[in-house]
Amino acid sequence: MIALTRPGLSCAVFAAFVLPAMVGTAQAATLDDIRAADELKCGINTGLAGFANTDDAGNWVGFDVDYCKALAAAVLGDSGKVQYVSLTGKNRFPALQAGEIEVLARNTTWTLSRDVDLGLTFVGVNYYDGQGFIGPKSLGISSAGELDGASVCIQTGTTTELNLADFFRTNNITYEPVPIETNSEARAAYEAERCDVYTSDASGLAATRATFDNPNDHVILPEIISKEPLGPLVRHGDDQWADIARWVLNALISAEELGVTQANVEALAQTDGGSDNPEIQRMLGSAGSMGKMLGLDADWAARAIKAVGNYGEIFARHLGPDTRLGLERGLNALYTDGGILYSPPFR
Amino acid sequence: MFFRDQSEMLPARAAPITEVGIVGWLRINLFSSYPNSALTLVSLTLLLLVVPPFIDWVLIKAQFSGDTGEACSGIGACWAWVDQRLGQFFYGFYPAEAHWRVNVTAVLLVPAILYVLVDNLPGAKFGRWFSYVYPLLAAYLLVGGFGLEVISSDKFGGFMLNMIVGLTGIVLSLPIGVLLALGRQSRLPVIRLFSIAFIEAVRGVPLITLLFVAIVLLQLFLPPEVSLDQLLRVIIMVTLFASAYMAEVVRGGLQAIPKGQIEGAQAVGLGYWQTMRLIVLPQALRISIPGIVNTFIGLFKDTTLVIIIGLFDLLGHARLLQTNPDWIGDVDHEAYLFSAAVFFLVCFLMSRYSVSLEKQLSKDRH
Repeated sequence: MIALTRPGLSCAVFAAFVLPAMVGTAQAATLDDIRAADELKCGINTGLAGFANTDDAGNWVGFDVDYCKALAAAVLGDSGKVQYVSLTGKNRFPALQAGEIEVLARNTTWTLSRDVDLGLTFVGVNYYDGQGFIGPKSLGISSAGELDGASVCIQTGTTTELNLADFFRTNNITYEPVPIETNSEARAAYEAERCDVYTSDASGLAATRATFDNPNDHVILPEIISKEPLGPLVRHGDDQWADIARWVLNALISAEELGVTQANVEALAQTDGGSDNPEIQRMLGSAGSMGKMLGLDADWAARAIKAVGNYGEIFARHLGPDTRLGLERGLNALYTDGGILYSPPFR
Repeated sequence: MFFRDQSEMLPARAAPITEVGIVGWLRINLFSSYPNSALTLVSLTLLLLVVPPFIDWVLIKAQFSGDTGEACSGIGACWAWVDQRLGQFFYGFYPAEAHWRVNVTAVLLVPAILYVLVDNLPGAKFGRWFSYVYPLLAAYLLVGGFGLEVISSDKFGGFMLNMIVGLTGIVLSLPIGVLLALGRQSRLPVIRLFSIAFIEAVRGVPLITLLFVAIVLLQLFLPPEVSLDQLLRVIIMVTLFASAYMAEVVRGGLQAIPKGQIEGAQAVGLGYWQTMRLIVLPQALRISIPGIVNTFIGLFKDTTLVIIIGLFDLLGHARLLQTNPDWIGDVDHEAYLFSAAVFFLVCFLMSRYSVSLEKQLSKDRH
């Protein structure tokens, strides 16, 4: 999920050195470029359950896809004006740096080296993930600390591989890695009992467990051994565009906190008879001039929410308990509901 | 002395039952010796162990209808996705209202290929011209312009993408490969060195690397406003890659032609190109047919590598299906099996054509 293989890294690092000299002039006004093309080029995953996938009609759907739609609705007024560019773990950063996409929403972990060294700007976190373990109940373990000598199925070439090594080293216990190429193969290997436990991002593990014939025979161990804050990102060098991308995400989160939904956003946005809450008024543009500060019109946030709903609605639609993935909000609940999701105020 | 009366022929007797009919066939082909009999029995046992459960899984216990993977029991194969996803598997993201353009292109492909591959078809003269014009026609139909709505190449996908990349690569790599093979044997040092350098450089690098260069590195060196179409980059790289292999296959054929023939051709006053076109290449290519088709099949299967640059071919859409929340965990084997079957069909047809062409040509020769 958070693939960062060495060739990918070297490509990206290479790109980081070559690029600033080359594209410095071209990225001054991303917003103007998007308006001129009348299309937002949004980088997404090549297929990850719940985050980016195709429906039966061949349209992209998912948690990350909805962010692209919200951004396009805010900037261009139409959530359909998105060109989705599918990117692998290897070519996602070069594509962003070279200007093939304007924003990358591909469940990418926010790390220092990516933020600083690769010349990228993370605009926020839309999903707090972390690496965990799943194992059969029959194994009788209740904590990852008891995994001494266990064989562990792991996807190669990802940060999860490095996290795993760190975890076992710091806890001074041994393990036997069973390296597997893709997520679905790893799942099959675990089901065939080629390994005792399987490690991946907790979101992926929950989704994986839901697909087993007897989900209750498997437990997800309580330890989360890494921090994986996933979020959208843009290039360095155009702060206005980064601000827009950041505040569209914040608007989706704030909308949930303020009770603005896809259904009621139009009514709340009315200048007369709309919401009495001053923050809602500022966000939806019936008061103040937030849109103008961003270089957009007053309705930008209202359009984004109208297009895809607030954060909670997006989560429920693609990842939540009513979907087959059945993920709980957990850390991704609002800070008022016991999570850590928190948007700066619209003021 | 005892003489047999030679004036009468003995009536013909039926061949021994062990030599003809089913028994004879079995005896000759399957039980001709103890080791062979043992092998036959082992193979039969293996087949009995594998085939009935497979058919049971793939057909009898399979689930053919349903909206999500939950409809599938997990005992048999899950084919419920087929009626919803078949369009994506074959057309990718190509807009549904324009599917007819792909269909027309596919239907016209049949005569275009047949007129090239098969001799003595009615209307052969016109047919050949049609085959030459077909690539332009196909490009017009698929991409659009001049009255048709333009459809950008990032909408291309599914098996259609495999066919486009594969066929373009096949059609272009043979002539380029022949030129490279001739160049490698050329007496002109610049041409020879260029050919050798190209062939060795391209053959020495995995196709994935070339694709990465085309997609990732190229865009870093080109100015941002210059953008070469992604699909075009892929086709160019796949063609160059196949050409290098093709050159070596053809060179094998060229080296099998005795030098005396070339000298003979020169003696009767033929120039270089005439010698090659009339004397050397027809024989060399005939010798190289198995290798050429082998390269074609390899190239066709290599088209699945486009997944790593974010284009979704047949296999890419199979993987999308596997990671769809509605189907995740239920179609891991089925999606791959379906793709494998489609690829096998096309590659098998190519292989059979190569066999029949070899037979045809060896008949011509003797």
